[in-house]
Amino acid sequence: MNKVINDFSITVGTVNGSGSSTANNTILRAIFKMGIPVSGKNLFPSNIQGLPTWYTIRANKDGFIAHHEKRDIVIAMNTNSFVRDLASVAPGGAFFYADDIKLSITRDDIAVYPMPVKAIIRNDPNVPADYRDLVGNMVYVGVLAHMIGLDMEKIYSALDFHFKKKQKPIDMNFNVVKAGVEWAKINLEKKDPFHLEPMDKTEGMIMADGNMAGALGSIFGGVQFVGWYPITPATSLAESLNDYLPQLRKREDGKHTYAVVQAEDELAALGMSIGAGWAGLRSMTSTSGPGLSLMTEFAGLAYYAEVPVVIWDVQRIGPSTGLPTRTSQGDLTFTYFIGHGDSQSVILLPGDVYECFEFGWKAFDIAERIQTPVFVLSDLDMGMNQWISKPFQYPDTPMDRGKVLMESDIEELKGSWGRYLDKDGDGIGYRTFPGNKHPLSSYLTRGTGHDEYAKYTEESGMYLKNMDRLKKKHETAKHYVPAPVLHGKKGATVGILGYGSTESAILEAQDQLEKEHRLKTDFLRIRALPCTKEVDTFLAKYDQIFIVEMNRDGQMAQILMTEYPQYAPNFKVVAYGDGMPASAKWVREGILAKYKAKKAVKKVAAKTAPAKKKPTARKAVSAKKASAKKVTTKAIAGPKSKTKRK
Amino acid sequence: MTETLPMAGATANVNLAGLTKNDYRGAPTTLCQGCGHNSISNQIVTALYEMNIVPENVVKFSGIGCSSKSPTYFLNRSFGFNSLHGRMPSIATGALFGDYHLKGVGVSGDGDSASIGMGQFKHIMRRNVNMVYIVENNGVYGLTKGQFSATAEKGLSLKKQGENPYMPIDICMEALVSNATFVARSFAGNPKQVKELLKAALSHDGIALLDIISPCVTFNNQVNAYHSYAWGKDHEEPLHEISYIAPRNEIMLEDEMADGEVREVAMHDGSVVILKNLEKGYDTSSRIEAMRVMEEAQRNAWMLTGLLYLDTSKPNLTSIYNLVDTPLNRLTEADLRPAPKTIDRVNALMF
Repeated sequence: MNKVINDFSITVGTVNGSGSSTANNTILRAIFKMGIPVSGKNLFPSNIQGLPTWYTIRANKDGFIAHHEKRDIVIAMNTNSFVRDLASVAPGGAFFYADDIKLSITRDDIAVYPMPVKAIIRNDPNVPADYRDLVGNMVYVGVLAHMIGLDMEKIYSALDFHFKKKQKPIDMNFNVVKAGVEWAKINLEKKDPFHLEPMDKTEGMIMADGNMAGALGSIFGGVQFVGWYPITPATSLAESLNDYLPQLRKREDGKHTYAVVQAEDELAALGMSIGAGWAGLRSMTSTSGPGLSLMTEFAGLAYYAEVPVVIWDVQRIGPSTGLPTRTSQGDLTFTYFIGHGDSQSVILLPGDVYECFEFGWKAFDIAERIQTPVFVLSDLDMGMNQWISKPFQYPDTPMDRGKVLMESDIEELKGSWGRYLDKDGDGIGYRTFPGNKHPLSSYLTRGTGHDEYAKYTEESGMYLKNMDRLKKKHETAKHYVPAPVLHGKKGATVGILGYGSTESAILEAQDQLEKEHRLKTDFLRIRALPCTKEVDTFLAKYDQIFIVEMNRDGQMAQILMTEYPQYAPNFKVVAYGDGMPASAKWVREGILAKYKAKKAVKKVAAKTAPAKKKPTARKAVSAKKASAKKVTTKAIAGPKSKTKRK
Repeated sequence: MTETLPMAGATANVNLAGLTKNDYRGAPTTLCQGCGHNSISNQIVTALYEMNIVPENVVKFSGIGCSSKSPTYFLNRSFGFNSLHGRMPSIATGALFGDYHLKGVGVSGDGDSASIGMGQFKHIMRRNVNMVYIVENNGVYGLTKGQFSATAEKGLSLKKQGENPYMPIDICMEALVSNATFVARSFAGNPKQVKELLKAALSHDGIALLDIISPCVTFNNQVNAYHSYAWGKDHEEPLHEISYIAPRNEIMLEDEMADGEVREVAMHDGSVVILKNLEKGYDTSSRIEAMRVMEEAQRNAWMLTGLLYLDTSKPNLTSIYNLVDTPLNRLTEADLRPAPKTIDRVNALMF
């Protein structure tokens, strides 16, 4: 049998609430510590205890670790999902199962390994009876470790980390792993091709989830106020702030430089955060789609009242019940136009946990500079799953507190200032905040009905002037938001545009398109709205641009069609959202389904010639620019390690 | 720069803060002539002036409605936030973290607090945010031209609306059951009491709910309506007379106490509120007693005014958070961004 080394998936089917996450994380972390690029994704139901849940791990020597549909190794621990789990194993795959599940094995095209989980755990005198189910999960870790070559030392260090160096639980769990190994050594014969071998591809990397990264980034951004309300999958972001703020912002006098308030609902969560932002604090909230719906009125007010605040939206599917624990990129258009009347939001789109950290602190700088709500759109996959990342980097720019006037400034201006006066021509006024003791510093904040000096007015002319300034401010934001990342291929003929957590799937699809379909593509990952000039250049370069996103209607495509109507005929929407993280398969198939061979495209291009004149002229320039910035894509665990940020 | 400056050529009539009453005024009102809200705005100006509170140390808040427009009409020199309908509490809660030395003065209405904002109303009570929370209560929606509010009594008839079929909500009761630490009711037609209660509320360290029946002269001022001047004048039942004594006037206390029928309540700032009981020894520290008198008043159709409940033992919201002495909004990067070396510690915390 040909060995398959460091390129397969492991899926564990368990019962929700059975404590399998320790076991699954142990496998994930051990593979990571072996130097092999790996990802782990928890596919869980909206349930505390009882329903089936799956954890999928993908190890890939080339660094392609996006979600993968093919199930090479399946471990079945749940009677209720046993039949489904057995059927899901790819031909030639391996199936491990707890032998207390008395259901028949109906496949002969796969390797089947029963495991006496209950017997092994019962025989361990060190495991108290009420811990048996929990620790019993370590049996499959041990059996699997022996069968595929998981390094025992790395398993130990994973447990050591998980149990925060507490010897008793470490020993209890590790002994069960060892018992699993011993049993497998004697009783199982290897009949599948899957093997792990140590590599050096994760050296110097860390593992973290996006919510924790976002929280840590926010702390390095100097967060001072957090108003929040629990909602899956955003809850752990606020909870991480509660965990890490006391450690990282510890002072000798024991006093606090921050406050975290759990509000009564999302309306109050954003209301408090806006109040604090208005009062001069670095203020934030975290939520998901349904919470954002409730925050809409306040978000609109903050846009018009020009209050800096950071709003994290860890996206998931749908309102109410349904698929609240499944990932999505479904809030983009909603967020971009949130609030009533005309409004356009500044949105940051982190692509991985490294950027969750980076945008965590940057978001405050942008919010205070532009004096507007800044939305950070992450998603459940990025927020709640463990991702490999470069180590977090300390902020490389000092805090930008924006345009603020203190007492001495007002004194210098002899009190002559206007909150909404566009003194610098960038649409951004100067602000003061409560506590300023100068008698001429105050103003009364309200929605749209104010003049340049914040005095109440309902005059049409003044309203129009204000609206134009807000529009200008949105243009100004382009100079402050992060530029996109280009993953280029020499000689690319079409463009792919994506954002957020789909990057690894798109990189893999890009590779497959080149190798298997001889289609070379340039991939631009947008990292913010409004679009920076790099996006203009990219869109002008290609006759076909595939816009890849995890939703039904192609929301980024909708926004780009509005912002760049001249390029709209070239857009091909590859949108798909079923709650699963993006996979290379649907990206590749989605692109191929809409790809038109060169000749046909030229005809279409000729028909729309007038609209395309300008872009064609720019094409040469941007192509030259692109070749000067030649970038090779080699997707490894840290997908950006060999690509350039423009 | 100067700490506090009188706005313009103040000559006479300055208070201990060196300010004239003008320094406490706002823009001219745009509310209806004779509106009870205007009278309340005037008492806010007078109370702050007489208490020598510098306007820069006050932050104004409001929601949406006639009442919520009024912060424009007092304290020009204070920051203010006219927020969303029913959402004043959350804005105030967050804003007062900016500088916890500041005092909040919020003006809301019965629609704003008892209908759309009931949730936030109750939660700001239980959080004990350091602000005076005034409800200018007229039982009617004015800006939308005369619909019933949640505090309108059952059976009230209004033009276009017909008869109100629902039972009313009592704002003071709601505040009390939500663990508010200062609950009082007054009547806009009794400016002296409004002023004295305002002063007591401003001295209270925590949330001070002041429900002021403020008749709507345009949409709800029939002689038989609870929220009308005529009804209010006839049915007002003060719990007690109330006098506010500033800390520096403490010496005067002895004279005031002469008749023996007084109860002193010490406030956090060292000032004293003196309650003169009319009929019986009303105990402002008893929640049960407060409930009882409110229930009794409701059954007898009395408009019970005065300080119904006071608890000075609870910490206010920001003090629970053990904040640094410097206002949070004056902290700098050095205070807020962890040192460069901590990034290695953070990365080491990851797997």
